[in-house]
Amino acid sequence: MLELRDVSMKVRGRTHIYNTDLKLEPGTMNVLLGPTLAGKTTLMRLMAGLDKPTTGQVLAHGKDVTGMRVQDRKVAMVYQQFINYPSMTVFDNIASPLKLMGKSKAEIDAAVRKSAEMLRLTEMLDRKPLELSGGQQQRCALARALVKESDLVLLDEPLANLDYKLREELRAEIPRIFRDSGAIFVYATTEPEEALLLGGNTATLFEGRITQFGPATDVYRHPKDATTARVYSDPPMNFTPCRKEGGQLIMADGTSAPVGGAFADLADGDYRAGFRPNHLNLNAESDQSMALTCTLGIAEITGSETFLHLHHGDDKWVALVHGVHDFEAGSDITLWLDPKHIYLFDADGQLALPAAYAAAA
Amino acid sequence: MARIELKDLAHSYLPKPGGEDDFALKTIDLDWDDGGAYALLGASGCGKSTLLNIISGLLEPTRGQILFDGADMTHAPTTARNIAQVFQFPVVYDTMTVRDNLAFPLRNRGMQASYIKERVQQIAEMIGMDSQLSRKARGLTADEKQKISLGRGMVREDVNAILFDEPLTVIDPHMKWELRTQLKQLHREFGHTMIYVTHDQTEALTFADKVVVMHDGRVVQLGTPEELFEKPAHTFVGYFIGSPGMNLLDAKIDGSTATIGSHQVPLGAGYAALSGHTQIGIRPEFVTFTDDTNGLPVQVTQVEDVGRHRIVRVGFEGNTLCAVLPEGAPLPEGTQNITFMPDQIGVFENDWRVTPSTGGAS
Repeated sequence: MLELRDVSMKVRGRTHIYNTDLKLEPGTMNVLLGPTLAGKTTLMRLMAGLDKPTTGQVLAHGKDVTGMRVQDRKVAMVYQQFINYPSMTVFDNIASPLKLMGKSKAEIDAAVRKSAEMLRLTEMLDRKPLELSGGQQQRCALARALVKESDLVLLDEPLANLDYKLREELRAEIPRIFRDSGAIFVYATTEPEEALLLGGNTATLFEGRITQFGPATDVYRHPKDATTARVYSDPPMNFTPCRKEGGQLIMADGTSAPVGGAFADLADGDYRAGFRPNHLNLNAESDQSMALTCTLGIAEITGSETFLHLHHGDDKWVALVHGVHDFEAGSDITLWLDPKHIYLFDADGQLALPAAYAAAA
Repeated sequence: MARIELKDLAHSYLPKPGGEDDFALKTIDLDWDDGGAYALLGASGCGKSTLLNIISGLLEPTRGQILFDGADMTHAPTTARNIAQVFQFPVVYDTMTVRDNLAFPLRNRGMQASYIKERVQQIAEMIGMDSQLSRKARGLTADEKQKISLGRGMVREDVNAILFDEPLTVIDPHMKWELRTQLKQLHREFGHTMIYVTHDQTEALTFADKVVVMHDGRVVQLGTPEELFEKPAHTFVGYFIGSPGMNLLDAKIDGSTATIGSHQVPLGAGYAALSGHTQIGIRPEFVTFTDDTNGLPVQVTQVEDVGRHRIVRVGFEGNTLCAVLPEGAPLPEGTQNITFMPDQIGVFENDWRVTPSTGGAS
């Protein structure tokens, strides 16, 4: 187990990581999700022992390793840039950490072939890294991280420099590759979809704080505050002011809908409604769905889906709808929102009421 | 602005190319309409940068011609082509103000001061930098510098074309939204011929009215985003467009039935006899689970919950297929049956889409 106890990091008076407690279990995939500069890399460097925290302790298997040299711990790290030794073959690249550890030739050969097999590099073992595609080069770096059977493997946006098709393929493979290793995996990404695809646990990070930590789909569907909801949504969650009066939810433009369930117990008053882009639909999903008239800024096509950038009163929203649609920019368009997909946040951004669909999912 | 024609174009980096394998660009015939917004989409190494460099004049093709409005420019130097380019990384003069950076291409051409002032203001507003015109470029963020590069690429109204080479690479994901949207608006506003090179389908499909998909030195399809999704002309387009891409299965085609192993799949149209390597293609969006035991028997191997939908991977006759299920739909487990929407099935012979002989839309 890896434990961070009250760990914080200040550099020249500026706080990069606020006081953080975190426990990571062996055999788990843990994704650090947050925008650039949220503190993902800083947190990883603290876990690895590359930097010493300003306060707090890092414990590995209950033992204090704060300040222990990274060389003395069983840690592997993979970066966004593909780092391989250009003059060595793929075999020797993967073997290099084992050679440093003084393993026998037979042990090295068996271990290299095993991790090459897992990363589909067996046929490339005699080549030099620069004769490989970008995806294969990063596979080589991943194989080297896996081969020494580290307790802790840190992956810092390892797929960010790959073409998206390669990214798609490696993303699907990574959970399979890592499932059996028993190590603690920590994986940093800026992309919510990547965090969901990798599964395991997600820690959402924002401005140096872990805002929530738990199983990926739990954090995604049950965010505790508006910041977590925004970080775990791409494009970001839509927000709009609203009022709760008795059993009615009233939007800023006067559109209202009756809401049942736990909503009835909530105090009347002003809230901030949050809903994800994929819950704004071109058709009414149910009798409760509210019709919201928006002005279309621009439509973007992703391949099999379309993003609609919308203006609704003073709010800027994004809708993600299935299929490829070509709407006229500047035209009025009606989007439907089922109240069961609305999260309500209070004035401080804390969750006041979860979306009803999430409780059921 | 100009119409650009590529005629029988081919390029090899070898001094004495022999067979087709020696060519980075195989034969390309392509017309770019005046004022069109095009994307050149493909994986690394497909030849898209080679093609861009031939259009801009950085490379002379081994064979073929480039015409601008009918005039042969094949051997004309870059400067004579009157093309603006925006590169992957910002090219900005740090010691100059934002205003001077934007005005630079106009001053170089000796434009009138009053025109320059007006035009720079207009461009600055479009890229959202009008409040920072008097700032020095030094100290601006990478995003802001790249916006200046984009603005400078667009500032001249008299260019034949504007070429963008992966212009959003350095931009933070959250910011990409904004810039993609602005670029499209800039095209609508000014109507230049634009060619946007990228390996990212979202950037390509969002920016362009027409997308040129390249694979292995060839243009495999020129089409609208809808056409690429609904009727991919080549198996590569099916695979490359959409996440996950199109499912492809080796199949025997007989009239309006496809046979896979011992299973039969009804097609939405009839096909004449085919002789090459034949496959059917179906997008994951059109694969559904069914209680009907006449469906194809599959084994569920992996389910990925990506929030707005789930990607279900299944094994079928030694193939892995993907299905996309909406959020909240019941999760299939173990042995299941699936069906394909017949009119969404494409038939491919030696990787190229086959037009049906009867029924269905081509």
